[in-house]
Amino acid sequence: MVTAAPTLMETRPAAPVLPPRPPAAAEPGPAAPASALAPAAETLIDIRQVDFFYGASQALHDVSLAIEHKKVTAFIGPSGCGKSTLLRCLNRMNDLIDGTRVARGTIRIRGVDIHQPDVDVIELRKRIGMVFQKSNPFPKSIYENITYGLRLQGVTNRARLDEVVEKSLRGAALWDEVKDRLDASGLGLSGGQQQRLCIARAIAVEPEVILMDEPCSALDPVATAKVEELIQELRSRYTIVIVTHNMQQAARCSDKTAFFYMGRLVEYADTRNIFTNPANPQTEAYVSGRFG
Amino acid sequence: MASNPPAHPFQSPPTAARRRERWIFALFGGATYCVILCGALVFGTIIGKGAGSVFQTRAPFINTTFLTAAPESLHVFEFEGRKREMGDQEYRAFVAQHPAAARVKSESYVYSAGGIFPCIVGTVLLVIGSMTIALTLGVSAAVYLNEYARDGTFIRFVRLAILNLAGVPSIVFGLFGFGMFVIFFGWNVSLLAGWFTLAFMVLPVVITASEESLKAVPRGFREGSLALGATKWQTIRKNVLPYALPGILTSSILGIARVAGETAPIMFTAAYVVRDKLPWEVERAVDFLFQGVMALPYHIYVVSSKIPQNEYTERVQYGSAFIFLLIVAVIASASILLRNQLRNRYKW
Repeated sequence: MVTAAPTLMETRPAAPVLPPRPPAAAEPGPAAPASALAPAAETLIDIRQVDFFYGASQALHDVSLAIEHKKVTAFIGPSGCGKSTLLRCLNRMNDLIDGTRVARGTIRIRGVDIHQPDVDVIELRKRIGMVFQKSNPFPKSIYENITYGLRLQGVTNRARLDEVVEKSLRGAALWDEVKDRLDASGLGLSGGQQQRLCIARAIAVEPEVILMDEPCSALDPVATAKVEELIQELRSRYTIVIVTHNMQQAARCSDKTAFFYMGRLVEYADTRNIFTNPANPQTEAYVSGRFG
Repeated sequence: MASNPPAHPFQSPPTAARRRERWIFALFGGATYCVILCGALVFGTIIGKGAGSVFQTRAPFINTTFLTAAPESLHVFEFEGRKREMGDQEYRAFVAQHPAAARVKSESYVYSAGGIFPCIVGTVLLVIGSMTIALTLGVSAAVYLNEYARDGTFIRFVRLAILNLAGVPSIVFGLFGFGMFVIFFGWNVSLLAGWFTLAFMVLPVVITASEESLKAVPRGFREGSLALGATKWQTIRKNVLPYALPGILTSSILGIARVAGETAPIMFTAAYVVRDKLPWEVERAVDFLFQGVMALPYHIYVVSSKIPQNEYTERVQYGSAFIFLLIVAVIASASILLRNQLRNRYKW
């Protein structure tokens, strides 16, 4: 899959092309020990040879990659490259769109094919939380937003709900900002707070995986920084898959990066390698800003 | 005139385009004022002529008889040198007291005395029942069409059917209700038959409007809920319907006015010209559903076109129309209040 053309490798300009990157690439400092601590990475989500169609148009071509347990995996690539589509395959959100189908290949989570007929998509989505591009807090109070998932599961014990609300909001680094107004509408928060509320809502149901579909694309730099800090905190407890347009963000936050182009996986490697020493010339051109 | 040099560069030149614009504005403005004038005339006439039979100059200032009594015949006669007008019951009591009065020639005018209480009750019952049925069926159908059904030939056919249903004249609904509920189901002329006939009539409005309000709920709310492991129904019940409800209520306000006002659908299915008993004066509870009622629009129709006209009928005609407007206004404002309250609760 990852076809490294040695001749092109040689033509790749050395350091000068990536002047702003070295600090960015160096920043996954906290990530480095994490990957160093777990040398034998456990595969949580195994995607094999997936072809995906929207009606007649094919959005994914023969995509295979293994997402590792308790790592942050970033999907990057230009618009329409299929990265969000793949993300939405992982919790079967694409089922909601008419005429979509996984035509070939399998997606296994902990070895279970999620398209198997006896897989309950409700259970799947409880285990695999999702944060959307456009923050979508429900027009209810902050408290109700956080407890929404638990109430669906029939939890009514007030003490337990209170506990989960505090834990989730602390987990999403939002507790100190909203603890005095839990009964206020979630829509009254700022854009960045709304997105962190959505993350808190997702972690309230204790998922194993959190899928993030361009979570910062509508946020200003300060709010983006807060969400990124949050991702750093969450990485020890959750497997995170993040789709992003922002390459610096991928470089800062992720352990592994997958580069997609035209519905194909071009390169999938450690983030550090993707940004400093990509094997594929297309990846190199993209991360250095020459196209996309 | 055209040769006059302008006093300053920004002086407006009297071009043809400007003159035309002035004319067009006058036309549009005039049309708008015409609408206001029509509305003012209709409401003014009804209120002006109807207020006399609803309000009075003596305390308690409201003619309670008109609101709380059943229609009666009016007796007009001269007795002991005075012209007297009294309703049927009063007349009988008077004759019993003064046997001489029985020998005096008395003219009687039907429906011109008493009140319209049974009609008010009947109309309110018809509105409540038929709107309940229409909202239940309509919202369910809209949820199915918008949330569950996948677009296909069948769904297109259903939408076409809904559109066609909206174009059916109300008298045809009346005939349908008569054939279906009154005769085929054997419900006779009854509240139940009226409820269903009226409900079917407003169903297209309710379905279309409910669908629109469901569509207006952002997709993100549905996805966010589903991504938390909610079933489709949990999502709809907790995170879609509550936000669509204000819009649905807005549409049903329109439905209420139609249901309350239509005469044709109920004249064969639910309405009686006159009925002595009030709807709750039934022997068994189930009889409640299978009784005809008096209704305001039908009463207006009867007193305006089915009885001899004279100086006394106008009172009840305009009085009924006025009360009818008042009832629709009250029900509609109640719905608007409810809607605003819901809207404030869920804002996005």
